[in-house]
Amino acid sequence: MNDMKQIFKVTPLLSKTKRSYCPGCTHGVIHRLVCEVIDELDQFEKTIIVVPVGCSTLAIHYFEMDTVQAAHGRAPAVATGMKRAMPSKTIFTYQGDGDLASIGTAEIVHAATRGERITTIFVNNGIYGMTGGQMAPTTLEGWKTETSPYGRNLKKEGNPIRMCEMLSQLNGPAFIARTSVHTPANIVKTKKAIRTAFKAQINDLGFSLVEILSTCPTNWGMNPVDSLKRIENETMNYYPLGEFKKVEGL
Amino acid sequence: MSKQREILQGAEACVKGAIKAGIGFFAGYPITPSTEIAELLSTELAKEEKIFIQMEDEIASITAIIGASLAGKKSMTATSGPGFSLMQEGLGYATIAEVPIVVVNVQRGGPSTGLPTKVSQGDVMQSKWGTHGDHPVIVLSPCSVQELYEMTIQAFNLAEKYRNPVVILTTETIVHMREKVEIDPFETVDIFNRILPSINPGDTYLPYGKFSDDVPIMGNIGDGYGTSVTGLVHMENGFQSADYEVADRLVRRIHRKIEKHTSDLFDIEILNPDAETMFISYGVASRTVKSLIYTNHPEIGLVRPKTLFPIDPIKIQQATKNAKRIVVSELNLGQYYFEMQRILPHKKVHLIEKIGGELISPNEMLRRIEELHD
Ligand SMILES: Cc1ncc(C[n+]2csc(CCOP(=O)(O)OP(=O)(O)O)c2C)c(N)n1
Ligand code: SF4
Ligand SMILES: [Mg+2]
Repeated sequence: MNDMKQIFKVTPLLSKTKRSYCPGCTHGVIHRLVCEVIDELDQFEKTIIVVPVGCSTLAIHYFEMDTVQAAHGRAPAVATGMKRAMPSKTIFTYQGDGDLASIGTAEIVHAATRGERITTIFVNNGIYGMTGGQMAPTTLEGWKTETSPYGRNLKKEGNPIRMCEMLSQLNGPAFIARTSVHTPANIVKTKKAIRTAFKAQINDLGFSLVEILSTCPTNWGMNPVDSLKRIENETMNYYPLGEFKKVEGL
Repeated sequence: MSKQREILQGAEACVKGAIKAGIGFFAGYPITPSTEIAELLSTELAKEEKIFIQMEDEIASITAIIGASLAGKKSMTATSGPGFSLMQEGLGYATIAEVPIVVVNVQRGGPSTGLPTKVSQGDVMQSKWGTHGDHPVIVLSPCSVQELYEMTIQAFNLAEKYRNPVVILTTETIVHMREKVEIDPFETVDIFNRILPSINPGDTYLPYGKFSDDVPIMGNIGDGYGTSVTGLVHMENGFQSADYEVADRLVRRIHRKIEKHTSDLFDIEILNPDAETMFISYGVASRTVKSLIYTNHPEIGLVRPKTLFPIDPIKIQQATKNAKRIVVSELNLGQYYFEMQRILPHKKVHLIEKIGGELISPNEMLRRIEELHD
């Protein structure tokens, strides 16, 4: 045994608490990636997570660090206050699409344009998971939800919002990228993007955000495998993956 | 045709009431435990070619219904605690601009995100005083699914009549439970529509210059009268003014239009009027008292305000004048109790309260009555 090399270990930043996420939900994978990056960048002792109102409110139990659960949509404002008061800490928000792209649009846009030295992990599953499957600002055309029972109609419900494209127009962000977790290769790429985002903060380069295309099998009414396929076949067509902004030095 | 009986969930009853009252526009943002109202309306309003829109948050939701109401549509939103907090801006605006709106607040445990799925009556004082400045408000408190249906119709009527926000202050339990409701699609329910000016477009017209019982006879915006609306203190022509007399006159008139109808508006139910112990209890909390009364407790009586605000002190004083003991029971730390103490200064008023997201059971109530010291 002694001559075997350890190539993988569970990061100590993830708690052993039983998860309450639904089977096939990708919140869990994203939690692991974030914790691994923080661990690998040696930020363990310094990092504070701000969680939203949404299914990931429960993340306060799963991250072994100080946690603040903000009011719905306000995580970037709480993070701003903490980061300005404690510039040496590494502070990130973890937000859903309803939280970030609907009620919290003002907060995220202004944190980004101010160039707040915070990082945002933006989990886009195209629906309000926590409240039981209502239309989100990111819900795609034709998707049936509890509040778009006839399918999202662009004339009535308007267009889904592309946050990365919008935020990358601002001067404050140092790094803006969209990734997905629907295949192992994409999970690896997501981890890389999360690492770059935290580096932008640690190196004092500006605001950083990674949008991660995610699933909600429960409220999509699909099994986990079909949900992953839906990302490939539908979500990614409207939300292209890639880096939208990356300043020099990253 | 005989009355039609249905088993309905509170949210369904609220939606049926809104449709009966003539709702033309709903804007809202999902929040437990009010979301079912929005979800049902998203299906129902589309069928009737009326407007349903999900907005980006609660501030936008209440503001959108203000816009639609100015355009002449009967408008409503539904929310719960955290959303109600955000709506305070809109409530103040609708008050000073005199825009009829109906706001359903399905109370849950607070403060803040609090107890999202549990019952509470913690927003009583917020519904009266949540928005800044002196302002009147009409707050209705249903204690059953039937009453939620009826009060939703009533709320639209009162909003249109007084051109003032009306809050339906209900709770998680009432909106989620299923009860027998009597609804007859053919019955004639009185429906009130706002009074509109009868002058010809082009004639002299002041949106805040002509009144029916202190309520301005305003045209709908865009009707060709030349209507100007603002959240600032304004003159009769609707334009801003910082003049002392204008401001004083406006805010006093807005109060007067509601206050002078206090005794009509303040509706109460009284059970066992001669009982020794008179409870003052409203909404879901009053059901515990009722269940004792219905299970052979002649010593217990109930005064149940169906309207929480405006309060008519005389009605409360009369209904409790012979009681040996007065007990306020509510699911907060005594918000209405303090109001009752204020209007019953010569009586000892007791409080049996509960917070934490649970109802008071009849047995617990009996025990807590025993523990009272007169
Ligand atoms: C002011 C306010 N409005 C509404 C809510 C209700 N609410 C809780 S979570 C949520 C949406 C969550 O959706 P999303 O951000 O997409 O996260 P997910 O659950 O899908 O991960 C809403 C509307 C609230 N808590 N506060
Ligand atoms: S409701 Fe959707 S987002 Fe929430 S835990 Fe379940 S699958 Fe995940
Ligand atoms: Mg979501």
